[in-house]
Amino acid sequence: MELFLKIGLAAVLLMLVWRLYPAAKEQMKNGPKGSSDDWKGLILPAVLLIGFVFLLIMMVRG
Amino acid sequence: MNHNITMPRSQEQVLATNKVLKNTYMLLSATLLFSALMAVVSIYLQMPPMVYMGAVIGSMLLGMFVLPRFANSTSGIGVIFLITGLLGFGLGAILTQYLAMPKGPEIIGTAFAGTGIIFLSLSAYVLTSKRDFSFMGGFLFAGMITVVIAMVANIFLAMPALSLALSAAIILLMSGLILFDTSRIINGGETNYIMATYSLYLSIFNIFISLLQILGIMGDD
Repeated sequence: MELFLKIGLAAVLLMLVWRLYPAAKEQMKNGPKGSSDDWKGLILPAVLLIGFVFLLIMMVRG
Repeated sequence: MNHNITMPRSQEQVLATNKVLKNTYMLLSATLLFSALMAVVSIYLQMPPMVYMGAVIGSMLLGMFVLPRFANSTSGIGVIFLITGLLGFGLGAILTQYLAMPKGPEIIGTAFAGTGIIFLSLSAYVLTSKRDFSFMGGFLFAGMITVVIAMVANIFLAMPALSLALSAAIILLMSGLILFDTSRIINGGETNYIMATYSLYLSIFNIFISLLQILGIMGDD
C-alpha cells in the first residue's frame, strides 16, 4: 500500500514538473529581469530568514 | 536594464487591487482555520502517516486539474476549501507522529509560530515597500522544478541529509513565492483572489511542513 502511494506521489510530482515547465520557460525567456540592485535587495531578507530558522532550531534545542 | 518601473495607476485599478488583496486575505484566513480544524479531527482519529501522502496526491490533482476550471466562479471557493481541508487532514496524520515525540508539542508550536512570523514579515515587507518582485519569477519556477525532481528521487532514496537540504531549499523558495505572489497582487498582476489564496496557502503549508522537518531533525542533540 505504501509503495503504491509513493509511486502515485512521484507520478503526481512529475506531472507538476510537466505543468510547471512551460511557465518556467516563459518566465525565463520573457519575464522581467531584475537589475543587480534588485537581487542585492534580496540578500538582507534571505539572511534574516536563515538567521531566524537557526534561532528556531536553537530554541528547540534549548 | 531595469523593467521594474512603477506605472501610474488609475483609482479604479487601485480599488480593484485592494479588493483582490482584501478577499485573498479573508479567504486565506478562512482556509487556514478550516485546515487547522481538519488537522484536529485527523489527530483525534489518530490517522496513520500514509494518510498524508494520500491527501497530498488528492489535493495536488484537485489543484492542477479542478481548481483552474472553477477559479472564476463561486464554485472555486468550494474547491479551495476541499483542497485545504484535505491538506489539513493529511497534516493531522503527521502531527500525530510529532505529538508522540518527547519534544513534539514544542516543535509543533515553534514551527507554527515561525511560519506565522515568516509569512507576516514577508507580507508586511512587500505591502510597505510596494516593491515589484516579478523579476524573481524565472528563478522561482526553475528552483521549484529542481526541488520537485529532487523530492521525487528522495521519495525512494529516503536520505535524511537530502531531506534536510530540500526542506531548507523549500523554505527559501516558498518565502520567495510569498514575496512574488503578494507583489503580483498589489501590482495588479493577479486579479483572481481564489488562485492568489491557493498559491499563498501552499507557500504557508510548505514552510510549516519544512520547518517541522528541520526542527524535528536538528532539534535533538
